[in-house]
Amino acid sequence: MAISTDEVRHVARLARLALSEGELDTLCGQLGQILDYVKQLDRLDTAGVTPTSHAVETGTPFREDVVVPFPDKEALLANAPDREGDAFRVPRIIED
Amino acid sequence: MATIPVHEWTLLEAAAAVRAGDVSSRALTQALLDRIAALNPTINAYVTLLPEAAMARAAACDEAQARGESLGILHGVPVGLKDIFCTKGIRTTCGSRILGNFIPPYDAAVTERVLGAGAVLLGKQNMDEFAMGSSTETSFFGKTLNPWDTARIPGGSSGGTAAAVAAAMCFAAMGTDTGGSIRQPAALCGVVGLKPTYGRVSRYGMVAFASSLDQGGPLTRSVADAAAMLGIVAGHDPRDSTSLDVPVPDYAAAVGRDLKGLRVGLPKEYFAGEGLDLEVRAAIGQALDALLAAGAEAVEVSLPHTEYALSTYYLIAPAEASSNLARYDGVRYGHRADGASSLVEMMSRTRAEGFGPEVKRRIMIGTYALSAGYYEAFYAKAQKVRTLIRRDFDAAFDKADVLLTPTAPTPAFKIGEKTGDPLTMYLSDIYTIPCNLAGIPGISVPCGMSSDGLPIGAQLLGGHFREETVLSAAAAIERAIPLPRVAPFEG
Repeated sequence: MAISTDEVRHVARLARLALSEGELDTLCGQLGQILDYVKQLDRLDTAGVTPTSHAVETGTPFREDVVVPFPDKEALLANAPDREGDAFRVPRIIED
Repeated sequence: MATIPVHEWTLLEAAAAVRAGDVSSRALTQALLDRIAALNPTINAYVTLLPEAAMARAAACDEAQARGESLGILHGVPVGLKDIFCTKGIRTTCGSRILGNFIPPYDAAVTERVLGAGAVLLGKQNMDEFAMGSSTETSFFGKTLNPWDTARIPGGSSGGTAAAVAAAMCFAAMGTDTGGSIRQPAALCGVVGLKPTYGRVSRYGMVAFASSLDQGGPLTRSVADAAAMLGIVAGHDPRDSTSLDVPVPDYAAAVGRDLKGLRVGLPKEYFAGEGLDLEVRAAIGQALDALLAAGAEAVEVSLPHTEYALSTYYLIAPAEASSNLARYDGVRYGHRADGASSLVEMMSRTRAEGFGPEVKRRIMIGTYALSAGYYEAFYAKAQKVRTLIRRDFDAAFDKADVLLTPTAPTPAFKIGEKTGDPLTMYLSDIYTIPCNLAGIPGISVPCGMSSDGLPIGAQLLGGHFREETVLSAAAAIERAIPLPRVAPFEG
């Protein structure tokens, strides 16, 4: 199944991956190959087959919606690449 | 026991020796740290080593014992963890540059339970990046080598874990298995690897790859050790809504169980392919003989959708991965690209820099399979085929109590042999993947050696919650086929 460089570029944008031209080329070939391979599933008639949602069916577990404060906020924030006080700082989102 | 070196003891032997006061936890831990210092520079089984923390913990264990405090099952025994389990205050990388500086502020459920049983943590073990791979060649922190032959891969993704157990650089360790990542490296390194029923072991704090397939489990040098480890880590955890609220049986008792009347199913599709190495086939024959001699009977079964398992897996796993890995965007933790002028550019460049080629490939497959216009044709189709694969197993387990198959189609392959061709690499998981799709338990137990001196593993699969059955069958194979339990590599 041929997949165009433009399609790969589109998927990379959806996946938030800034791929190089070289990577796009390589992936174009490899994704095509892999998609060709998985197309073998089309040989199976799956009309009326329920898709698997859980490998082991146990019903839906419920719990109360209770807020549990994390005991060590500072340890969480310490992993931030860029922070200001208790906030994560990111590049500007809204244009002038 | 006194005649073999300390590091070659099994987990249970080591635990018994500490408990009896035959060896201190400090002496045991120092012996293992010395061995790691000699072997790890070549094998690269550990990404992060904790010599000081381990010795401090060992000393605390010895002191607790001297005070007469009650001892956990693993009291004072040094173990390892795949670097996918969060460890509070200890770097957890998942084999990726993007998490190269991540210090979790909490322990995974598995970490809590292993440490809660009294174990000493030696370090965090190498793995394919985000557990995506079958050879431990995709780690940002370098390849792990197979201690039976350092020109070969140890399997993956729990390759560092399997190599560490095989080379006696720990007494036992916990790995994870999404499509065979415990069983395949266990087979290629000559150790025991157990993937429990999906939901048996909490996934809380275990870095997610494909959530509906991932399951943590032990890698050990004996079946009894695997049973002991499973007993420690199994059980319900309300923090993981997919963890099963069912009783945990006495796995240790299953190990010596009689096999009289046990029906061993041989799935004909697993032996029909051209890719199955002749020496692997012969070794599985020996494993079958061992089961029959122990009182089991053989029946042929069919899993007709086996040929579709790989395709199904390589749509579902990347689709779930593309979603799980969306959290690595450089905002809250991990690597962040410098100098981006917009949020989207910052995230896109962070991810491009932080992920390696295999992870990018799978994110791309997954994003494509979930994207508008393709979802029905790929992802939804795969989830329907997954149902057919599960039904195959249901039918097989009507006829058989346990299934016997090869774990991997060949012994360990050479480093670099399959890296250029993803599809060929994916084929090395052909016998392990269906088990994850069905959510059933599976174990790999050593059952022979190739003429090149490489280990071969037999896989036993059971119905949901039937870990006891696979453990008892694996123990019979282990008893009947004596094999070296520690790899010959000595640094």
